[in-house]
Amino acid sequence: MTSSLEAPQETANPSEAAVRRLKKNPGSASALFNTAMTGVAGLCAMLAIAPLIAILFYVLFQGWQRLDLPLLTQLPPPPLVEGGGLGNAIIGTLLVVGIATGMAVPFGILAAVYLAEFSGDRPKIARNIRFATNVLSGVPSIIAGVFAYGLLVATGALGYSAIAGGMALAVLMLPTIVRTTDEALQLVPQDLRWAAASVGASSHQTLLKIVLPAAVPSILTGVVLAVARAAGETAPLIFTALNSSFWPRSLLEPIATLAVNVYNFALVPYANQQQLAWAGALILVILVLATSVISRSVTRRRISEQQGG
Amino acid sequence: MAAPASGAKQGRGIELPSGYPERRDRPKIEQITDRGLVGVTLAFAGGVGLLLGAIALLIALRAIPALREFGLGFLVSAIWNPVQNAYGALPMLYGTLVSSLLALLIAVPLGLGTAIFLSEDFLPPPLRTGLVFMVELLAAIPSVVYGLWGIYVLIPLYRPVGQWLYDHWGWFPLFSTPPAGPGMLPAALVLAMMILPLVTAISRDSLAALPPDLRQASLGLGASRWRTIFSVLLPAAASGIGGGVMLALGRAMGETMAVTMLIGNANQLSLSLLAPANTVSSLLANQFAEAKGLQVAALMYAALVLVVMTLVVNGLAELVIQRLKAKY
Repeated sequence: MTSSLEAPQETANPSEAAVRRLKKNPGSASALFNTAMTGVAGLCAMLAIAPLIAILFYVLFQGWQRLDLPLLTQLPPPPLVEGGGLGNAIIGTLLVVGIATGMAVPFGILAAVYLAEFSGDRPKIARNIRFATNVLSGVPSIIAGVFAYGLLVATGALGYSAIAGGMALAVLMLPTIVRTTDEALQLVPQDLRWAAASVGASSHQTLLKIVLPAAVPSILTGVVLAVARAAGETAPLIFTALNSSFWPRSLLEPIATLAVNVYNFALVPYANQQQLAWAGALILVILVLATSVISRSVTRRRISEQQGG
Repeated sequence: MAAPASGAKQGRGIELPSGYPERRDRPKIEQITDRGLVGVTLAFAGGVGLLLGAIALLIALRAIPALREFGLGFLVSAIWNPVQNAYGALPMLYGTLVSSLLALLIAVPLGLGTAIFLSEDFLPPPLRTGLVFMVELLAAIPSVVYGLWGIYVLIPLYRPVGQWLYDHWGWFPLFSTPPAGPGMLPAALVLAMMILPLVTAISRDSLAALPPDLRQASLGLGASRWRTIFSVLLPAAASGIGGGVMLALGRAMGETMAVTMLIGNANQLSLSLLAPANTVSSLLANQFAEAKGLQVAALMYAALVLVVMTLVVNGLAELVIQRLKAKY
């Protein structure tokens, strides 16, 4: 910038010089600096995206070969045995995540309803609970596992089980659900609540028949994203749900999950099990990608509807 | 919400037209339901806070035997020996801090550059939204998939680089051991990838939240685009970016699976970034399932230290971010 202000002064016509001073000089130090910095920033963005493409490509490439029917219907093979699948782990993931969803969704929605709808006369409580929610979402996933272990496994209350694993995942899902539901409820136009009150609806009627139905699509988006994230969580399950090589029979026994199987098979020297690890990883990646894309298109359509209407 | 006072029928002396429904008091049952609903939701909201306290309390209680046995010496002892029941977490604490800081060192400049590139108008908006979405997807990929990819793709790529560093820079303490495959450096690289989306997203948000007047005033004074970015926008967004960096630090310290799969899980203290190391979260992941007796308490002690570290870092980050929100 400074160099363009120190433009040559010996021009006959002073106004011409003034105009030249205001023009951008592409060869000046400041212009070069700007171009270079733009290049650097662009490079940063490319470097940030590169791992995504590298990981997606490699997981697809490696996992594709085993993405077949036996993967879904058969038990994991012992070392050095060909074939097999991750059928028990897929069912196990569904069960454990289902338990977690059953615990976290009602809990989270009720808590968020208080924050968004009823906390008006106690703003301090609401602020503290929102703060706690944010801090809870920063709790490392393995700590959720340690909590479930200390509460259910070490005490002998349940032992290693699907329920202990589900509880650990529920702790991780809870802050996401509280936050997305809180935001979804706050986005419901205030007019709706006033209109409901003006025709004589009580607050539970307003909530159940007007506000919640209006917020359902956004809440659902948050729940689906939380579920997809939970399905990929491994650390809290290693020592709560443990693992199993058999079909799940009871929620009170150790249970196989996709994520833990990917972890175990990644560390073994057997090619067949490694291939299954890649196939399991592909299923997890497809799950999170699909839910991210779908939830994004849903929110987008809603935003454009609101703007259009 | 509240029921109208009884006797309000002619309270204001307004004559209601005929055919207009008579005013009524809200039935008792409705009032009770409403109050009950508020109470129940408040209980669940309070439950979120209680859960946070319960996690810290439970882990602290379970750590008591180890706290008694080892005291603060746990934090400075480098021995982890389940056979002799002697436990110290210094190598893991060191590994947690070094791997996280190294990851920040890589991710913060990259993330900040990406955030600037995606918040200024360098690209047409559709392309920009696409790139922002891709960075978000990076955050959605499960940790265990990063680990798997790291083992089979990153480590083979890293081996010759590590060997080169050892051959040419081996006199330097940071590269003083032959690379063994898994180690601190590959773990930190994958950690950097995993926290990059967080750094990018929060930096971008804090840049986008700045009032447009700032940018316009700076450009109006004749500052170039990058002069504006460096002298006006970045300083103004600094506290938000700082909060994002703190959040990323908290995330990196607690990250488990990818690190466990790549760091080598060796409870040794080595300055070299090429040597295998361990972190607190990897220690927990590896040992909890088979731990018994005092080892469980020692692991709980390590978990407690991790909880305190992440809570402090995350709490500070939240405070910084909330203060920023109040400012603009």
